[in-house]
Amino acid sequence: MEQDVTLKITDRDGVAHEVLAPTDMAMNLMEVVRSYELAPEGTIGICGGMAMCASCQCYVLSDHELPEMQDDEEAMLSEAFYVKDNSRLGCQIQITPELDGLEVELAPES
Amino acid sequence: MIKTDILIIGAGPTGLFTVFEAGLLKLKCHLIDALPQPGGQCSEIYPKKPIYDIPAYPEILAGDLTDKLLEQCKQFEPGFTLGERAETIEKQEDGTFIVTTNKGTQHHAPVVAIAGGLGSFEPRKPLIHNIADFEDKGVEYMIKEPDMYRGKKVVIAGGGDSALDWSIFLSDVASEVTLIHRRNEFRGHLDSVEKAQELKNQGKINLITPAEVTGIVGDHHVKAVVVSQAEHIQKEFEIECDHFIPLFGLSPKLGPIANWGLEIEKNAIKVNNALDYQTNIPGIFAVGDVNTYPGKLKLILCGFHEATLMCQAAYQIINPGKKYVLKYTTVSGVDGFDGTRKEAPKAVVKAID
Repeated sequence: MEQDVTLKITDRDGVAHEVLAPTDMAMNLMEVVRSYELAPEGTIGICGGMAMCASCQCYVLSDHELPEMQDDEEAMLSEAFYVKDNSRLGCQIQITPELDGLEVELAPES
Repeated sequence: MIKTDILIIGAGPTGLFTVFEAGLLKLKCHLIDALPQPGGQCSEIYPKKPIYDIPAYPEILAGDLTDKLLEQCKQFEPGFTLGERAETIEKQEDGTFIVTTNKGTQHHAPVVAIAGGLGSFEPRKPLIHNIADFEDKGVEYMIKEPDMYRGKKVVIAGGGDSALDWSIFLSDVASEVTLIHRRNEFRGHLDSVEKAQELKNQGKINLITPAEVTGIVGDHHVKAVVVSQAEHIQKEFEIECDHFIPLFGLSPKLGPIANWGLEIEKNAIKVNNALDYQTNIPGIFAVGDVNTYPGKLKLILCGFHEATLMCQAAYQIINPGKKYVLKYTTVSGVDGFDGTRKEAPKAVVKAID
């Protein structure tokens, strides 16, 4: 479909997946990962996408311009583990046409 | 030994509504939960967040939903074992079960309903290489007995409500409280942040930000923590203390239930959704977010439905062969185990002259 974007997601075992994600279903990156079952159910998106658990933390590898980090995401990341400079919470990244080609890697489970 | 009809593991919304549905069938319930309060995720993770898909509530806060469910099931006098995690299950010769918690509390019931959500909430442990060596030797991930810190030097790490609230509380109990957080900003209720600021100004809380605990020093007990601070220039130093309390929130783990011989798929318990949400072990049911079946949706409202059907099956197990037909609460009212009765007001029959 023309409104789909292609994302490259490396799972927690280091396996890279190229997936198609719709831009018109108000989905976020965490939900895309869940819909393709790239991380076991119950280990990602635990809080449902409220930036309250950091189970969807990922490292952004490409230089796409992402939505600016809000206070709650920043606060959650400041309490999370395995955080790097390029860490983001997948649940706070909405899938938009601009994200075509985005590359991310899932952070370890904690 | 605690005896009940249906032993519910998990006191979240599904577990609490099970009490009500079971009560209508005159079945008594007891709930076990690892958290110290009922409500599950609704109380622990997002009490102040709204939910929009509870039927008949256009909007309700998760914490309020918990309160309403507790109010709704109150007359059926549920028992609670809180702050304990269900650890083992033993099937007895007569088909009943004994469930024992991590603290050794035993529960005996003919039917077990697992309403465990994503599992029991376990503290998230920071990545400090030698932290495991000091667990219960000065490192505590949860504060259970605040009095054990009386007159002690305490270091707390974390930036959320629990880190703030316990720092405030312990500033009156411990001889010294140090709060360490990776950022200058704290994520807590405004009044907690303000109170912590006030105590810092008074010198009652020693605040170190942005900093991180990176190591623990001690022989058989915590003597100090190694702190790495990143303001202006990176520096590392030690803070003497008797206790180190990392408070980085909780994360749910399926935990011991995974070893009960139940069929597990995708971190959830497989159930028969065509009939009664029974697991592969007769007498053990799984309802709410903890179960899985084709087409499963992890929604509170689905948990309510599953719990309702499950109670009918539990009735058959507990009262084999006994007749029963579904009654409407509007018609029959609700008779509580506490002697209360709710019923619809009688229609007024009066002639019109």
